Amino acid sequence: MRSSLISNSTLLILLAALLAPAMQVFAESRFVTENSKAASLKSCVAPTNQMRRNHMDYLQHGRDDTVIDGIRGIDYSLSECIDCHASKDQQGQAVSVTDEGQFCQACHEYVAVSPACFQCHRTTPDTQAGAAKLGHHSGDSDPHEGLDIQLPAGIQRD
Amino acid sequence: MSKMYYRELYCGTPARYWSGLALLGVIIAIGLGAAYYMEHNGHWVTGMSNQIVWGLPHVFAIFLIVAASGALNVASIGSVFGGPLYKPLGRYSGLLAIGLLAGGLMVLVLDLGRPDRLIVAMTEYNFKSIFAWNVILYTGFFAIVGIYLWTMIDRSVNKYNRTVGFAAFFWRIALTTGTGSIFGFLVAREAYDAAIMAPMFVIMSFSYGLAFFIITLIAAYIWGDRELGDFRLTKLKNLLGVFVGAVFYFTLAYNLTNLYITQHHGIERFILLDGGVYTQMFWIGQIFIGSIIPLFLIYSPAFEKSRWAIAAASIAVLIGGFFQIYVIVIGGQAYPMNLFPGKEVVESGFYDGQVMSYVPTLPEAALGVAGIAVALTMVAVGARVFKVFPETLED
Amino acid sequence: MSNKSDQPNMDRRKMIGGAIAATGAMTIAPGVILHAASVSDEASAGADAKHRWGMLIDSNKCADGCSACVDACNTEHGLKGHGRPATDAVWIRPVKLKDKQTGRENRLVMMCQHCEHPPCVDVCPTNASFKRVDGIVLVDRHRCIGCRYCMMACPYKARSFIHEALTEQSVNAPRGKGCVESCTLCVHRVDDGVMQTACQEACSKEGHDAILFGDLNDPNSEISKTLKSTNSVQIRADLELNTGVRYLNL
Repeated sequence: MRSSLISNSTLLILLAALLAPAMQVFAESRFVTENSKAASLKSCVAPTNQMRRNHMDYLQHGRDDTVIDGIRGIDYSLSECIDCHASKDQQGQAVSVTDEGQFCQACHEYVAVSPACFQCHRTTPDTQAGAAKLGHHSGDSDPHEGLDIQLPAGIQRD
Repeated sequence: MSKMYYRELYCGTPARYWSGLALLGVIIAIGLGAAYYMEHNGHWVTGMSNQIVWGLPHVFAIFLIVAASGALNVASIGSVFGGPLYKPLGRYSGLLAIGLLAGGLMVLVLDLGRPDRLIVAMTEYNFKSIFAWNVILYTGFFAIVGIYLWTMIDRSVNKYNRTVGFAAFFWRIALTTGTGSIFGFLVAREAYDAAIMAPMFVIMSFSYGLAFFIITLIAAYIWGDRELGDFRLTKLKNLLGVFVGAVFYFTLAYNLTNLYITQHHGIERFILLDGGVYTQMFWIGQIFIGSIIPLFLIYSPAFEKSRWAIAAASIAVLIGGFFQIYVIVIGGQAYPMNLFPGKEVVESGFYDGQVMSYVPTLPEAALGVAGIAVALTMVAVGARVFKVFPETLED
Repeated sequence: MSNKSDQPNMDRRKMIGGAIAATGAMTIAPGVILHAASVSDEASAGADAKHRWGMLIDSNKCADGCSACVDACNTEHGLKGHGRPATDAVWIRPVKLKDKQTGRENRLVMMCQHCEHPPCVDVCPTNASFKRVDGIVLVDRHRCIGCRYCMMACPYKARSFIHEALTEQSVNAPRGKGCVESCTLCVHRVDDGVMQTACQEACSKEGHDAILFGDLNDPNSEISKTLKSTNSVQIRADLELNTGVRYLNL
């Protein structure tokens, strides 16, 4: 019993030691599509590793705030994701984020998930109506720049 | 009385059994394909629209669900009301009830706009919604009838049979009341805002369920080459006659009430006189095929001993019942809602004041028929693996 | 605008927002996030129970042959027809009526009446149909399973089912196949403090002024004053649903 416990924890430590460099490389890597607004920004609305891990939770929470309580202009808004991460093709036309190799599709494909978001939400920035016209985030403070997040020790903001 | 032995049902040759199952499998596969086609393209490929929002799949689903609750009748009479003649049929009654409900629910779920979100329906409840209650009533029905079957089959738990039987009886009354209330509580539409819908659905369930029971019982005993006594069958037949009469009485009460209320004259005129296909379905389908023919076959002395007359009466009750639900569900929607009393709609951007036409499409029908096939498959497999049917039912 | 006083004090919000944002996205433990603070300093305050939004439609002013409000609604919410009128979505529709006895003709527009006691909310099994605290009746499409029971229950035929897959929806109204929808009273505008619906804007632009949007709870709003001084009706008032949309000269 005792010995097996030791060997288990030893195994875990070994595994962690082996994985740490790989995780570090992954955490520091950055994936944005060319010709998107995101490519020109320092970071997303939260540190990249947090966004990678938790964006679905942020979005899900934000959607209830907006749909049920009418709170608009939240930081974690899906339309904002798309405005920022959709790239443009050579003609300057927006490319759908769910097209092959594009921001949302590439990662969702890799982890084999098929979120239902885009059955209702558009996949390119809306230039006709909505956010821009009504003044969302068009003011002086850009959430991408303005966030001064206190990070736990040891995590670098990329 | 001699001891009753139950045995798994083997019908004729294995080839006959397996080819029967294969046929049902093909029907189910076609139905599932149709459901995929409708979901993939969206509902515009069906006959349903923004005016006729519930179509043929709902007619099939409601028909099967209502019949499911009625199929349990025989078991209830056997163990709750102590009818010794019915007791040996209790196991099959429970099996058929589960099968019919499963078939009906499959059709209902596969016609949802978002069947992939079934989990939402299971986890989010609005307790003011009859639908939410029905989700609980339907799933609970499976559980209770399952336990009921167990107490009938397993001798060690047989002492609970009567208690569980009571629970199942009340549950099934609640279930059909709930299904009828889907329509009874709709204030918007003139055809539906009547509390009589709930008891009417209960009595409809008695009638359709028993008809399903009789026809499948006769078929099973023919296929299994087993003895089925005339006396027992006559008992069932007489009971069916009472239920058909009761449905007719409720139909009469419902329509006479509407005929008295001036506000409802429009819908009554539509169903009884000038509703085209719905009027025909009412008079020819529901009244003639569903009530008059079966009552004649059941009570005419000429057919007193005829097994074929009993089978034909049961089939007529099922056809008539199908039309009855079609008239309630689709006819009720086709008749326009009266938003502006005393005014006539000259023009509208959304079909106000117009009778809507509904032409069911093939995929809708295929999905509905697959529901029946699911019920029959469950019965065929269930009767083969469990000891459901008595070895002989001779008098 | 008369309801300027309802708008939040932006300077104050900014300060609080900034403080919250600073701690907001911090991870307490792996996977546990402080959600409540994820609202940026520009977020609107959200629906407020002290309002009840509604509309007043003057049937005398609704001009024959005009479809300005319908077109504006379609553009605002990205509703595109597919050439299949029986299944295409309709959020607002003109209806022309003639009195059976007197022959008097009327024209009006019908849409979701935003009832105080909405039958669609009563019947919805999953709570997808809901009424916001400020009286706007909406469908949460994240929960809608497409059972269409609300369409059976609505006395105004206000709802449409989406019969086909959609792309390039408007940000103002994300919508997709298999869900039910209806007039949102331009909730995206209301939340942003734009106190005018798309249909009202279009109707005014045409010079008809048949549609008036406003706060039924504010005694000083134009809609409340008009309702108090004139004889308006609710459609199907017999159902006692206390609709948020009222009609003049019907």
